[in-house]
Amino acid sequence: MLDLLNKVFPKDNRSKDIAKERLRLVLVHDRASVAPQFLEHLKGDLIEVISRYMEIDDKGTEINLTSGEESVALVASIPIKRMKRHAGTW
Amino acid sequence: MGESLVITSGKGGVGKTTTTANLGTSLALLGRKVALLDADIGLRNLDVVMGLENRIVFDLVDVVEGYCRLKQALIKDKRFEGLYLLPAAQTKDKTAVSPEQMKGVVGELKEEFDYVLIDSPAGIEQGFKNAVAGADRAVIVTTPEVAAVRDADRIIGLIEAAELPAPKLIVNRIRPSMVKKGDMMDIDDMLEILAIELLGVVPEDEMIVVSTNRGEPAATLQGSRAGEAYRNIARRIQGEPVPLMSLEAEGGLLKRLKKLMGFSS
Repeated sequence: MLDLLNKVFPKDNRSKDIAKERLRLVLVHDRASVAPQFLEHLKGDLIEVISRYMEIDDKGTEINLTSGEESVALVASIPIKRMKRHAGTW
Repeated sequence: MGESLVITSGKGGVGKTTTTANLGTSLALLGRKVALLDADIGLRNLDVVMGLENRIVFDLVDVVEGYCRLKQALIKDKRFEGLYLLPAAQTKDKTAVSPEQMKGVVGELKEEFDYVLIDSPAGIEQGFKNAVAGADRAVIVTTPEVAAVRDADRIIGLIEAAELPAPKLIVNRIRPSMVKKGDMMDIDDMLEILAIELLGVVPEDEMIVVSTNRGEPAATLQGSRAGEAYRNIARRIQGEPVPLMSLEAEGGLLKRLKKLMGFSS
């Protein structure tokens, strides 16, 4: 019965779900661009964490938010200079 | 010492002024002393919604510039004991008042009144900053639309940055029948997205148009669903735990059946 209902009234077509999804995406962008130095802070933290594992070129590191049709992605380009040598087991 | 609340939204046209007028009236009906402060300098409207536009002599800018005393600018609403309006100036612009001056006026009002309700202008510029400057807490008004909720999110961030306590949300103009069909965001959708506490829900109600035409707040009308919602919100502002009213469409089959069988709340 529920299957039939879902077929007749597909969930995706409910305009409130479209509204929610559009709102979610736009707020990811708004919140990221509104908070001062948001991406700079994130970049600093990422460099700190990744540097524990490998030597990276922090001047060449770039971090951006990009939006596709249905999602927002965090895209990071982090050039690696050298992998650190580890004693063995983690 | 009273408490000051700013009613704000970011987006225009979501019902800030109507909400301010109705909450002020409701609080006065509950026996509180209430001052309504129109912070929308240059585009004042609270006077018209309250039906007090013909009684303005002095305004907020006159008070700030020292042309009159605060008491002279306050308009007493003769219909409701304890309710007063401090109108905004209509011919000045938003820079006529500074946040510091606003703090001063609100502080002075708080000595006399239980509640000072500040009607904020739309936007996030100086007028908004003035409105927030004197406030102890903030009430955000939104409607169930993408644009209004988006702006509300921005405003919540600015309220936090102003170091006010976490604001609460009023969802205005909800249409239960559209929510039911899945064609309007429901309350939980908005609360989840905004991560905010709910203060109340006001259903779409034609009586608001009629009462605004007349300059008589709907909160005084027993037959108005929106008026009832505003009266409930006023009691919550006072700290009373009032449950949300049922948003079932009036006269729905289920409701009528329940009533018939004696289950109606």
